[in-house]
Amino acid sequence: MTYVRPNFRHPGLPKNKVGFAKADYEGKISTLCAGCGHDSISGAIVQACFEMSILPHQLAKLSGIGCSSKTPTYFLDNSHGFNSVHGRMPSIATGAYMANRDLIYLGVSGDGDTASIGMGQFVHSIRKNMNMVYIVMNNGCYGLTKGQDSATADFGSVNKAGEKNVFPAIDLVGMAMELEATFVGRSFSGDKEQLVPMIKAAMSHPGFAFIDVISPCVTFNNNKGSTKSYDFVREHMEATSTIDFVPHKDEITVSYIEGQSAYVTLHDGSVIHLSKLSPHWYPQDRKSAINRLQEAKAKGEVLTGLLYIDTNSKDLHELQRTVKKPLNSLREEELCPGSQVLKRINEEYR
Amino acid sequence: MKATNIKDPEYFHKVVDCQYACPAHTPVPEYIRLIAAEKYTEAFMINWESNVFPGILGRTCDRPCEPACRRGRVEEEPVAICRLKRVAADNKGEVKHLMPKIPKEKNGKKIALIGGGPASLTVARDLAPLGYEIHLYDEWKKGGGMMRTQIPAFRLPETVLDEEVDYILDMGIHTHFNTYVKSMKEILEKDYDAIFVGTGAPKGRDLSIPGREEGDENIHIGIDFLAGVAFEHIKKVGKKVIVLGGGNTAMDCCRTSRRLGGKEVTVVVRSPFKDMKASPWEIEDAQREDIPIFNNMPPKEFVVENGKLKGVLFGKVRAEYDENGKRTLIPTDEPDVFIECDDVMIAIGQDNAFPWIERDIGLELGKWDLPVLNKETFQSTIPKVFFGGDAAFGPENIITAVAHGHQAAISIHKFCQGRNVSDRPLPMTNLVSQKMGIHEWIYDSPVVDDMRYKVPHESNAVALKDRLVEVELGFDEDLGFKEAQRCLNCDVQTVFNTSRCIECDACVDICPTSCITFTNNGEEEEIRVRLNAPAENLTQDLYVSDLLPTTRVMVKDEDVCLHCGLCAERCPTAAWDMQKYLYNVTKAEQC
Repeated sequence: MTYVRPNFRHPGLPKNKVGFAKADYEGKISTLCAGCGHDSISGAIVQACFEMSILPHQLAKLSGIGCSSKTPTYFLDNSHGFNSVHGRMPSIATGAYMANRDLIYLGVSGDGDTASIGMGQFVHSIRKNMNMVYIVMNNGCYGLTKGQDSATADFGSVNKAGEKNVFPAIDLVGMAMELEATFVGRSFSGDKEQLVPMIKAAMSHPGFAFIDVISPCVTFNNNKGSTKSYDFVREHMEATSTIDFVPHKDEITVSYIEGQSAYVTLHDGSVIHLSKLSPHWYPQDRKSAINRLQEAKAKGEVLTGLLYIDTNSKDLHELQRTVKKPLNSLREEELCPGSQVLKRINEEYR
Repeated sequence: MKATNIKDPEYFHKVVDCQYACPAHTPVPEYIRLIAAEKYTEAFMINWESNVFPGILGRTCDRPCEPACRRGRVEEEPVAICRLKRVAADNKGEVKHLMPKIPKEKNGKKIALIGGGPASLTVARDLAPLGYEIHLYDEWKKGGGMMRTQIPAFRLPETVLDEEVDYILDMGIHTHFNTYVKSMKEILEKDYDAIFVGTGAPKGRDLSIPGREEGDENIHIGIDFLAGVAFEHIKKVGKKVIVLGGGNTAMDCCRTSRRLGGKEVTVVVRSPFKDMKASPWEIEDAQREDIPIFNNMPPKEFVVENGKLKGVLFGKVRAEYDENGKRTLIPTDEPDVFIECDDVMIAIGQDNAFPWIERDIGLELGKWDLPVLNKETFQSTIPKVFFGGDAAFGPENIITAVAHGHQAAISIHKFCQGRNVSDRPLPMTNLVSQKMGIHEWIYDSPVVDDMRYKVPHESNAVALKDRLVEVELGFDEDLGFKEAQRCLNCDVQTVFNTSRCIECDACVDICPTSCITFTNNGEEEEIRVRLNAPAENLTQDLYVSDLLPTTRVMVKDEDVCLHCGLCAERCPTAAWDMQKYLYNVTKAEQC
């Protein structure tokens, strides 16, 4: 690829509420393969952050190792970032999150980074319900090491060499649901209309928001017989519903058909609007979501959309009852009670 | 919207804004790339074939290409196309051997060209190589027409003019200089198979206000004054000079006056500055030579005392515009202004004049005494008489005259061969992929950030001493290269192949100017507002694909595409390709 991206932007691009244009949320030029799904997800993140009017310095992007984990270089150039060790992004995120609860945390990982080497960290980060968005760019293969099947490759999926995968896949969405994640969604890199509002909703959710994004590896896993190719996903995609995200300050202007749509109001007053719902599926009912997921799996469908959301989510800081003020900004006078208090406490034990 | 028909030769032509805006449709990006590659001779020849006078136009063109330049829509200023043309002319090598050979054996047809300006010379250039015997008549002692008589030598050195005029005259043209054609009837009676009239708009407008006759000795018509200076009949002017008018002729008159002894030269315009017809850079050059320009002051009277011009009395006005933009100048209460002067130049416009065309020979003249012509063929109501340049539709500019000349030459050629004159040839077009490798294109795809470079000027101290000293020094090779790199290569087209697209969005994500959108089809008006970036420039087309597998279409707004090639580099299936589009206006020799 060319490593030079022109600096000119469309002169008519709109600014968002905090005065930034979309270009202000871009990163360096991508060095991934041409047509990589990951680049589209980067594009969706840029779009979502622009639309959410996020102040770039109030967001931290974190990643592990892999093609997916390179992408934070390609978006949000003006935000904080930490490219950590393979599979260890959740640890870094936990530390950062504990130190400063005021930032928005965006974790980016891949199927190898999450479902293999980082599995231990991943499951615990779900349990702890940190307030972060955790995106897995899931291409079912190890693209950085020439495309070996990963742990999320579907059973029977054919790789580029023509071999069928003989192992069952780890379904990250099912696992997250099982571990009682408070926000679970699945999307497709080639469907920004669904992905952008889902990222926006995830960023507004107070807790661990997990999005599994199927992202075709155009070089190693876009062949016939692969269940993670552009063609296969497009043909087998089945959405729980279409999704719209309405930030809390905006008015809901579109009217929807009764009975086929649902509104989910988040703690900050934002509304997720879901329409054309799957039958017997309710976004806030975990059981119906698990059933719907199993049903789709049995039919060979790739179920996408928002799968489950718990609007009563309590994040790690709330569970730990920490102070509202970020810990990293607490000064000596707030942390140290003084010699008088210490003396009194010591007296109690005498 | 319907899928775009890229086979229509005008679709991609329109994307090359500069070329499309040029009356002669010179392939601008093609020669700019050659300049960047130091291939000046080749760049010169591309120009020469299309606009005949690269060195002259590289200094004097009205440059309709520059306001059209796409670069001007993404940053402040367009590419300095005109001055790059001069770089090619200044640095070229031997070119004569590249010019068409003139057949010794003629084709037996004789053509008369009346007037020796750019239009006539273009006709000669196009027809001489085809074996026509060409006779060129001009009242002056040398060829070039208004390029010689109206453009001062400090803007266009005589050597440059002579060189480019001579390339044509040396094609065996029979010149009849110092010959004023007095009668069209006489010419028609001679054995010419076709006659081309390129006599320009030779009559400078006069101003009949009190004192005009009494002060006549010191009141000059602008273009006559410039011609007098060019042929050295006029060698000096008074110390105080007033130039009336706001066009390029006025700018040339005032600057010439500064060089002929004028110490206090003033330009007075009757309307507001913003309505001045002069090119902004000409106004700038005049101001740089300490020439003040006063506006909103219509002249009332030439004040003459004892038979000698003393000055000019001006009224004061303000402009008002109605809802149609029509201007009225309304006198204000302010007192009149008297400006002292020794000489006055009237440069308030020029008109066509055909006193030599008899009105009873069947050649119809219409509105404003302009000939009645077919707009495409330039044929008059006498089938063997053709017009071109300012003589055809009124005063325009050199490049328009050249464009007319090419078309008239086709008409004359067809007419003389007994073919249908109205049957116009299609342009020659070509579309070739520029791909060399995954990261590599034949053209220089990266887009530089550089702002427009300024052309260096000679200092006033030197320039004002001698009217023959050229003021603009031109870009040297180094600056020429840097300026050439600013060109966006708009002729390298983004060509989309619907059947190859897998809708991965890679092009959408990488496009720096958000030109590409995959969306549902609809009506143009409504699509324009819902693209990734609003497509508000209605003069620029939307490139729409056929229906894609997801039933969407690809829509690309051509407006601010940088032609950087990233969409094609990012495309995993080569659904996008960068292809160079060459568009050449067909000339007489290809007909």
